[in-house]
Amino acid sequence: MNNEKLAMLTEKAKLVRKGIIESTHAAGCGHPGGSLSIADIVTYLYFAEMHIDEKNPKMENRDRFVLSKGHAAPALYSVLANRGYFPLEDLKTLRKTGSYLQGHPDMKGTPGVDMTTGSLGLGISGACGMALAGKLSGNSYRVYCAVGDGESEEGQVWEAAMFAAHYKLDNLTVFLDLNGLQIDGKVADVMNPTPHDEKFAAFGWNVITIDGHNFAEIEEAVNAAKACKGKPTAIIAKTTKGKGVSFMEDQVGWHGKAPNDEQYAIAMADLDR
Amino acid sequence: MAEKIATREAYGNALVEFGNEYENLVVLDADLAEATKTCKFKAAHPDRFFDCGIAEGNMMSVAAGLAASGFIPFASSFAMFAAGRAFEQVRNSIGYPHLNVKIGATHAGLTVGEDGATHQCNEDIALMRTIPGMTIINPADAVEAKAAVKAAIEFKGPVYLRFGRYAVPTVNGEDYTFELGRGVELCDGKDVSIVASGLTVHMALEAAELLKADGISARVINIHTIKPIDADILVKAAKETGAIVTAEEHSIIGGLGSAVADVLSEKCPVPMRRIGVGDKYGKSGQVPDLLKEYGITTENIVVKAKEVIKMKK
Repeated sequence: MNNEKLAMLTEKAKLVRKGIIESTHAAGCGHPGGSLSIADIVTYLYFAEMHIDEKNPKMENRDRFVLSKGHAAPALYSVLANRGYFPLEDLKTLRKTGSYLQGHPDMKGTPGVDMTTGSLGLGISGACGMALAGKLSGNSYRVYCAVGDGESEEGQVWEAAMFAAHYKLDNLTVFLDLNGLQIDGKVADVMNPTPHDEKFAAFGWNVITIDGHNFAEIEEAVNAAKACKGKPTAIIAKTTKGKGVSFMEDQVGWHGKAPNDEQYAIAMADLDR
Repeated sequence: MAEKIATREAYGNALVEFGNEYENLVVLDADLAEATKTCKFKAAHPDRFFDCGIAEGNMMSVAAGLAASGFIPFASSFAMFAAGRAFEQVRNSIGYPHLNVKIGATHAGLTVGEDGATHQCNEDIALMRTIPGMTIINPADAVEAKAAVKAAIEFKGPVYLRFGRYAVPTVNGEDYTFELGRGVELCDGKDVSIVASGLTVHMALEAAELLKADGISARVINIHTIKPIDADILVKAAKETGAIVTAEEHSIIGGLGSAVADVLSEKCPVPMRRIGVGDKYGKSGQVPDLLKEYGITTENIVVKAKEVIKMKK
């Protein structure tokens, strides 16, 4: 990755993270931790990879993104706002009465949201349906999906894993956000779903493990997924929950809690560093 | 009423026929294609049939993804697994975003017979009714089943279609026209109205004949679309006949009887009796025996009609 692209993505990721903090702070609730862990991945997809048009969000041959870990909606909304789908100012309406930015993504109400998600395990199946549709219609679009490591405790994730490999959905790329934490504690302590790489491989997937905060590695993995024929790709992305905000990093307590005014100031200063 | 055919057979045939007409129609099943009769579509249109294996939750959400990308998926399984196992996927992946998915649920109700309680779903209508924006169709015979499939294809939004395993008499003629959301008055009457759906429609017609012999004039109404229900035809029946009997192959909790009571209790309360499965599970057995034991019979409709007439002021 050249320096110019890296600098652009680094700057955009900073703005996406700021949007996550802005929106959850304004809402007084929401899920900043798991939003910050996938901020770099969604930034890469929306600013460097996906064939999309913010002025035509329903464009038929667009690439699709399904946020299966729907509680990370602040990350999706922030990247969409920064990409020009809707005004940045609207991020402050997150979760408020009358807002089109629902607590979890609503494809009917929010421009750019490709699939309604939030109930864990459902999104990856929806992404499979979209990928199958692409194959059937002879459309060349690609489908991206982000699944949480806690989410992978849902049996449906593995039903979908079977389905995608069985129907050779090589137009599907799933990011497994391996941030290691879920509501009740460490994923390894609550109900250990690891090793994800061996599980996806056993289900017949192409598997790539990366640092989910390294743009060069994200780029390389996405390109490898595009080059892989006959198999869906799982990118196991090692991430840090709360990445970029000092007091949130790797803290289980920041799964579903919003920063107060004081914490907001510290978080924004952290992101400006 | 000579020919007997299961509505699931008509479903399978209709998918094949309309599959020719609609190139974006695709069919999903969960390892029950031989039983749901989607195997007919699989044979005719193999490139548009996708077995999802025994994983109904995934199947429903996959269907949502297909619908979000311009296809009209029919997702099929037994009612127990389509509405029961996959309730949450139907609600959140399909219902909430109001996606254009058609759920073809077969083997509904007691007439599953020998397989017994685990497979006899008497709760699917109740479950589906609670999902905002869900359309529910429960066809009475093969003619109506085919028409219902066509109507579901032409309607944009989620539809739950309920089909039976058991062969039932054909009550509708070939010239029958199906209108989504419109009840059908099969015969007029002034003393009582029998409101039926699916399997019980032919029983209601037989009951009306028996009542006629006893000097009672019974109106018979077929409610094929349970949601949105035809409130007008029900209110008219309540006003004009003053007494209602509902009959269904489903729990009386949350099914047709409940849906009719919802309408009439607010708009035109009259004496009413509900025939259907009580607050209990099914069991293994021969279909005629089971229907008799649970009171879903022509004879019981006659009994309840006479009972409810006596309650009229």
